Amino acid sequence: MRLLLGLALATALTVTGCGSSDARTLTVSAASSLTEAFTEAAQDFESENPDVDVSITFAGSSALAEQVNSGAPVDVVATASQQTMATMTDAGTAIDPVQFATNRLAIAVPRGNPAGIASVADLATVRTAVCAPQVPCGAATQELLARTGTTVDAVSLDPDVKTVLGRVAADEVDAGIVYATDVRAAGAAVEAIAIPDDVNVSTGYYVARVTDSDQAALADRFIEFVSTGPGQQVLDNLGFELP
Amino acid sequence: MTRTAVARRPPWYLVVPGVVGVVFLALPLAGLVAQAPWGSIVELLGSPAVLQALRLSLITSVAATLIALVLGIPLAMLMTRTRAFGGAWVRALVTLPLIMPPVVGGVALLAAFGRRGLAGQLLFDVFGIQIPFTTAAVVIAEAFVAMPFLVITVEGALRSSDARLEQAAATLGARPWTVFRRITLPLIAPSIAAGAVLCWARALGEFGATLTFAGSFPGVTRTMPLAVYAALDVDRAEALALSMVLLLVSVLILVSLRGRFLQGLRR
Repeated sequence: MRLLLGLALATALTVTGCGSSDARTLTVSAASSLTEAFTEAAQDFESENPDVDVSITFAGSSALAEQVNSGAPVDVVATASQQTMATMTDAGTAIDPVQFATNRLAIAVPRGNPAGIASVADLATVRTAVCAPQVPCGAATQELLARTGTTVDAVSLDPDVKTVLGRVAADEVDAGIVYATDVRAAGAAVEAIAIPDDVNVSTGYYVARVTDSDQAALADRFIEFVSTGPGQQVLDNLGFELP
Repeated sequence: MTRTAVARRPPWYLVVPGVVGVVFLALPLAGLVAQAPWGSIVELLGSPAVLQALRLSLITSVAATLIALVLGIPLAMLMTRTRAFGGAWVRALVTLPLIMPPVVGGVALLAAFGRRGLAGQLLFDVFGIQIPFTTAAVVIAEAFVAMPFLVITVEGALRSSDARLEQAAATLGARPWTVFRRITLPLIAPSIAAGAVLCWARALGEFGATLTFAGSFPGVTRTMPLAVYAALDVDRAEALALSMVLLLVSVLILVSLRGRFLQGLRR
């Protein structure tokens, strides 16, 4: 019993005691493919605003939209498609969306490209992982396959782009369709096979303030930071295209 | 009579946390029941995608339970009747999948049976067999996380069963196999049933290890829990309805088994 009380006390102290005494926390939900970009941008934002802690959750855009529409206590939300953003702005849970980047698809293959993939058409005969059609990267993938007239016998329809990338990095699949920036972020375990511009699909990234946020001014400052401020340089460095 | 009743009444200060405990467990279920789109559940039950996921879930969870029975009962026997398997380390090993986050279980399964895994690489290089992303991978993932429930339940029953009955049979000339079949198994039958039901229920609900190790593809690896997760991305109502279907099916099966097989659970 005493041990339990001690634990509870320690937890309470940790929870209330962390960070500087009057730090404000900005809660951001962002698409999986923004993991590296927003982590870095948030650090830059924090050094510009020492009294602010930015806390970011990364997940598939649709899952994030679902959470925001269910009233998740989030200040800023960033999605990998206009359509997903629209599910929130239509519901009135997010306002004033701004496009701040675009991304393209690429084929990710394990290091050394063991299956020798050179084009989208080659995916018809190898083990491929793709995003589920419900999430933005999956919708873009469907369009790419339609444009190239390729039928892919996918082994998995994954809930987000990082899951697809993980399967490629683990060499459990021969290829995966992901965003170009993801391959770059994955490091040496994964190589990119470029998709020609005339068939490639690009997707727009949108960021908006959550309507119920009680830190509207701070949220707007973060949105400005990534859409027109120093955050743009971070995105550019990581291979995103700027609007 | 009245005295024992008074003595067994719980102290009053246990009432409040006890009631809070019940509410805590019941509220999410109540939310599910209240928000589920009951009108579309019947319709959903007839949709090919749901039937496919439901059928896959039932087949894989039953297969996983059978594997757990075939491997788990002998394992529990070894743990209670031999020195080599009786140690704490075997028990810890068996309990580990219970406390391991399922996603970690999935990663571990890839490290073992993936095509770059300890055993998987051999299977792939020699026989060209790849286990991940197959229905077999779903069964393996479910068996891995669910078998400990059966082993621990049966092991407990074996430890507390009366060893003198087995000794008596042996002194009367029964051979080990006969003792096992005619004495040990009937003695622990209720616990085997209880363990199998727990194991099956855990297998039916398996999500993390399955997604990591087997992926999510309709008809092949997308079981009901994965279908619920996939639906959540598009349509909350559909996800709620699917959850309700899964819940109804498991409750229905548990209730129909109750009485006949579940004495071990009720004690």
